[in-house]
Amino acid sequence: MSISVVNISKSYKNVNALQDISFKVKEGELFGIIGPDGAGKTTLFRVLTTLLFTDKGSATVAGFDVVEDYKSIRNSVGYMPGKFSLYQDLTVEENLNFFATIFGTTIEANYDLIKDIYVQIEPFKNRRAGKLSGGMKQKLALCCALIHKPKVLFLDEPTTGVDPVSRKEFWDMLKRLQQKGITILVSTPYMDEAELCDRIALIQNGKILEINTPHAIVKHYTKPIYNVRANNMYQLINSLNAYEFNHSVYPFGEFVHYTDSRTDFNPDDLKAYLGTKNLSNLYIEKTIATIEDTFMELAK
Amino acid sequence: MSNSKVIQVEALTKMFGDFTAVNAITFDVEKGEIFGFLGANGAGKTTAMKMLIGISIPTSGAAKVAGFDVFTNAEDIKKNIGYMSQKFALYDDLTVRENITFFGGIYGLSRKRIKEKSNALIEELGLEEVANKLVGALPLGWKQKLSFSVALIHDPKIVFLDEPTGGVDPITRRQFWEMIYKAANQGTTVFVTTHYMDEAEYCDRVSIMVDGKIEALDTPKNLKAQFNAANMNDVFLKLARG
Repeated sequence: MSISVVNISKSYKNVNALQDISFKVKEGELFGIIGPDGAGKTTLFRVLTTLLFTDKGSATVAGFDVVEDYKSIRNSVGYMPGKFSLYQDLTVEENLNFFATIFGTTIEANYDLIKDIYVQIEPFKNRRAGKLSGGMKQKLALCCALIHKPKVLFLDEPTTGVDPVSRKEFWDMLKRLQQKGITILVSTPYMDEAELCDRIALIQNGKILEINTPHAIVKHYTKPIYNVRANNMYQLINSLNAYEFNHSVYPFGEFVHYTDSRTDFNPDDLKAYLGTKNLSNLYIEKTIATIEDTFMELAK
Repeated sequence: MSNSKVIQVEALTKMFGDFTAVNAITFDVEKGEIFGFLGANGAGKTTAMKMLIGISIPTSGAAKVAGFDVFTNAEDIKKNIGYMSQKFALYDDLTVRENITFFGGIYGLSRKRIKEKSNALIEELGLEEVANKLVGALPLGWKQKLSFSVALIHDPKIVFLDEPTGGVDPITRRQFWEMIYKAANQGTTVFVTTHYMDEAEYCDRVSIMVDGKIEALDTPKNLKAQFNAANMNDVFLKLARG
């Protein structure tokens, strides 16, 4: 096991940031921690990178205990915090050299690992890190986290606030790193990124809701889900929310995802009801659950 | 000029030295419309938005927001719009009620009106229990809903939302959009930026900026047809990747 977490709890004053969390990550796995702000993602990352003690439980990373062997962990993991944490007044190249030196290595020694990413920021290697665009900062931070060839890479919300194009590029980079044998633990509030992981843990309010492959998690959603559309989205949502048999009503792009509380639900009944609410161009059709549907059902 | 257009932008341009951040963008937004303003990081969205809310003077072009000129009446614009961003929303060290009072005061509402508004708002958001608690102690989702309501406290014609739902859990994110729908239904124009492409689908019309220019502007349905894409995410990827 590359990461092993056993019954970890951590509280701050009156907030239970992590409550009895356990999971294991295999070597070479791309494991996602999926949850919104305040779920406990950053606390978990800080525990695993030996920056924070837990109240209860134990954890090992790359075979080392996070308390007893913290120094060994620091040498064998790379950590990219959610907040940009490089030296703003050093240039791109100086930052990278600095991190290489700290770990007793050189840029040249592990250049093959960062090459794909570094070539994209190399034209700006003499620019101060503080003057880089968001996307370039992110790439530099990733290079710095990789420069000592870590066994395990921790990425805390690397794509938050990043546009869809850059997000896709970033995930392509992660896949390539995974192929080089690096175990990756990545957190994200974007549910659509869950599908790109080998396995995921859905987390909310310090508790793990479910751990599995994205495919298996979606399969666990047993209620039939319907795509519903009408001429007026706002009226449609209000009418569905007012419908006495609804189980859940969630806007999903151009549709509303609707589930019914009855076992013998007939979509024609719903159509008739919506018709009485002055809605037209009604469309109701069965659809398949997404990770986001599952998350909302579990978090309900 | 038509009365139903609350934002009118023509060839609006902003240059920083030699760099053209916003390159002659032209568009209109109708009253009560939910207008999605999308683009990659660095495409010029924030710069364009700053010009529209009256805090950055354009280099050239023309724009009217809520009937006021961005060059000559920027102060009037500020009084007639609401603004909410993910980064700065409310004062963490003030209570819920104090925040509402503060922003009501800033917009020149009377004490009586502030009191009415505060009570109505607190009830509508179900914040009775925490009305006298510090905002810093509230969960992010509540803060964002409160922050949206505060942006509407002076009944602005237009509300600008800069990535309002970043990081929020999926249920709260949807509740937030129900608030947006409600505001639009009551005639408030909503101008919103987001990185969630499913949210782009909730907009009446969407514009997509690439390198300072508006490269596409239409209803989500028409954009998907135009780019032969299954969803807005594909539209975005096709456009922004070139």
